[in-house]
Amino acid sequence: MPGSVAIVGVGQTDHRSHRPDVNGREMIYEAVQRALLDCELSINHIDAIIIGNMDHFESINYVDTWSVEGSGAIMKPIMKVSTGGTTGASVAIAAYYHVASGLFDRVLAIGWEKNSESDTTGAIITCSDPVWDRFSYSGAIPSLATEASAYMNQYGVTQEDAARVTVRDRGNAVNNPHAHLRKPVSIHEVLASPMLAYPIKLLDICPRSDGAAAVIFASDGIAQRITPRPAWIKACSVRHTYTWFGDVDYKQGLVSLQRASAEAYLRAGIKSPADELDVAELYLPYSYAGLKWIEDLGFCARGEGAGFVEDGHTDIAGKIPVNPSGGVLSANCIGATALLRVGEAALQVMGKAGPRQIPDVKQALATGFGGCFWSDVLILGSGRP
Amino acid sequence: MIKPEKTPILSQKGQIAMPYTWWVGNAGSRFLAALRDDARIIGNSCEECGKVFVPPRKNCGYCYRELTKWVELGNEGTVIAHTVVHFSFSLHPCRTPFAYALIKLDGADVGFMHVVRDHPERLSNNVRVKAIFRDRALRIGHILDIETFEII
Amino acid sequence: MDHIAIVGVAQTGYEAKIRNKTNYDLVYEVTKGVLDDAGLSLADIDNIVTVSNDFMDGRTISSMAVGEAAGGHDKNISTVEGDGTFGAFYGAMRVLGGFNTTLVVAHSKGSEGSLKHITNAMFDPVYHRLIGIEAISASAIQANSYMDRFGLSEESFAMVSVKNHQNGFNNPYAHMPLNLTVEDVMKSARIADPLKLLDCSPVSDGAAAIIIANEEYSRRAKTRPVWIKGIAHCVEEYFLGDRDLAVAKSLRQASRKAYEMAGISRPVDSIDVVELYDAFSYMEPLWLEGLGFCEEGRGPGMLKDGITLMSGKLPVNPSGGVLSSHALLVAGLARIIEATLQLRGEAGSRQIPEAKTALAHGINGPCGQSHCVWVLSSEQ
Repeated sequence: MPGSVAIVGVGQTDHRSHRPDVNGREMIYEAVQRALLDCELSINHIDAIIIGNMDHFESINYVDTWSVEGSGAIMKPIMKVSTGGTTGASVAIAAYYHVASGLFDRVLAIGWEKNSESDTTGAIITCSDPVWDRFSYSGAIPSLATEASAYMNQYGVTQEDAARVTVRDRGNAVNNPHAHLRKPVSIHEVLASPMLAYPIKLLDICPRSDGAAAVIFASDGIAQRITPRPAWIKACSVRHTYTWFGDVDYKQGLVSLQRASAEAYLRAGIKSPADELDVAELYLPYSYAGLKWIEDLGFCARGEGAGFVEDGHTDIAGKIPVNPSGGVLSANCIGATALLRVGEAALQVMGKAGPRQIPDVKQALATGFGGCFWSDVLILGSGRP
Repeated sequence: MIKPEKTPILSQKGQIAMPYTWWVGNAGSRFLAALRDDARIIGNSCEECGKVFVPPRKNCGYCYRELTKWVELGNEGTVIAHTVVHFSFSLHPCRTPFAYALIKLDGADVGFMHVVRDHPERLSNNVRVKAIFRDRALRIGHILDIETFEII
Repeated sequence: MDHIAIVGVAQTGYEAKIRNKTNYDLVYEVTKGVLDDAGLSLADIDNIVTVSNDFMDGRTISSMAVGEAAGGHDKNISTVEGDGTFGAFYGAMRVLGGFNTTLVVAHSKGSEGSLKHITNAMFDPVYHRLIGIEAISASAIQANSYMDRFGLSEESFAMVSVKNHQNGFNNPYAHMPLNLTVEDVMKSARIADPLKLLDCSPVSDGAAAIIIANEEYSRRAKTRPVWIKGIAHCVEEYFLGDRDLAVAKSLRQASRKAYEMAGISRPVDSIDVVELYDAFSYMEPLWLEGLGFCEEGRGPGMLKDGITLMSGKLPVNPSGGVLSSHALLVAGLARIIEATLQLRGEAGSRQIPEAKTALAHGINGPCGQSHCVWVLSSEQ
């Protein structure tokens, strides 16, 4: 039987549009130092390190070996895990297995990106097949726009409905000192922002940020000695099924998220997620996802996402607060983004989320999104599984 | 018309041609600015283990703490390892044959990698070399502001 | 550590240019092959680790292109970027962490990219990339440093190339078996001193896959399980100038840990056969030292004394090694596969008689900055 695993420390940079004062390695060092400080460990206590980002955003090959000075890996094991947008969650899940395997007791997971160093869309376009898709695929925004317009058509959802998600997340970011965009916006401002690809406007979509996240995982017995209230991993589920962009049947919802979350709920013994989860940190790269994907997560029935958000159920004081950190719409250092969801969920469980803390969190959900409509789901809890 | 199974294999040409702007950071900028403005090589050192690094960096990888002490290094040093390159590659800074050398600059504890453009055949480990800088007008804060190292 | 085993292996033949198959096709072929070898169906596989590199594939999120070919539809799948030994390491941890079976698959087609540009991108973009350094020149510096420290000759490296290319004739998958003399190697084109053409591995296309299973699933597989006794990896400094290139420090650390897990105190007596990552001829003796088979500087002596020959006490790279076939990322997984075949007694004409314990090794980063060591056994 694999042992129980908990998160004991979380560190992150103050995410910005660009960080000229540090190179990538040095930015990673900053996040790792903060994670170590958070749980009062030194780098000497760390047994193994997992790092992830997306190669073509900085054009660094072998980030594992390039990073060692910043990641603290000299004379330790380090490996690189990279799965596109889901990278941060994949790194967290790899850290979980490092500890669950029994081979390592204290493991450091790092996600980072310096999106200011390249053309994000130019790099993302190269994820599509070089022979078949690259000439016609124009990056993340149009593929998400296609999903959004299909969803609007299916359920009569409006641009204003989606704008409420941006307003919520950007409003929450005011409470997060690490967020990149900390200025609240109004529905009117979202609707009036420049149209990028219908129905996505500038304020419907995530920014590109420079930043790093570091999360420390520990084994049962050791975790409790490091911190009085570790965040235990209760489930981690993954669906990275490849989808040709032309094959997606948007009417079925985000299938990967439906399947990954159903599996995770089963493992964690959750039957009614909106009632049993106390907070959710969701990888919502654009506003419409905040309506549609909460249906796939089973927070509400299909087609009811807009009403669920409008009724305030996902607000800070609502039934299931979503993204108290401000989410991806407020900071998006891509390789770190999903790890930040995991780290933020852990902070909520540990009661260390500061001004963005939701009172008395016992169970938290974190998700990752990326690739071609891929999903990762983690459930964290205060009780040892 | 369905093409037969033994249709000749086609291929597709392409490249990932992305522009990048790598931030050098505070520590690296001080180093490159010293090359550009002063034709001097500087490093920084760890107050815990005492190691002197070049190129300088924000933190010591061994002691895992920030480096705050700056050191002016000699523009001369000793070759500790090298290779003479005979093949051509579009990213080479000069024509072959030339040498890559790891040079222990005077005052540093680590090797500094650069090129020796002229007389690579005369190069051997333990020889003394010195940095030859480009003219001031051509220096832009770039590793190749040092045009080459030259055997003394 | 719980008992886990390698229960299936498959690899393509390695070639300079596999024109008629895409990466997807190669991965599909070895996935089918590894399931056949193990006598398992895709339904028996509950998770997958793919190994790829966005630079090699010229594609962001390179894992997207092969997940379905690896049977990853609707399964828990992840991706390690790096050598196949590291992907397999994650695969093993996933079995130890609760999965029944991990399928690990690696692919690469060196023929489709520009390897010098790809390996140039391993180096620091501000300080080193702009002076044009790439894997061959960096390795040449390491070879120079190693020779200089211990007074070694180029001929002693050439002997490794002669041995491994000769061994390649016994391996039906090998890309470049060659009948060479030391003189042939010494007279081959100078690439970057002291490396000559025949000191360098070829660039190959290919793919490989293994299945790692827990004890229960090892009984369901039809193959004789090969037990994972010790696994460890370790990295050293990044900047070449920060490192002592003449000593494989991180390999020393990784191998010590793997031996400790496997309960091995004298590796040279306990291990019957070694498959290591000899991307360049000098690497074999240097890695043998790092693996603790001999004193520092004594690596070349092991071949001079005949110890690492097929007929010696410790045969090294009976497959022909990486010098005979070098599909990046795949090559480390191929070392694990070769070690597995030896322990199953199925290595054909490259079989070492009565091999019971084998070592496989892979590297990441410039000049073996990071090493991964596997100790495998035919006995549980």
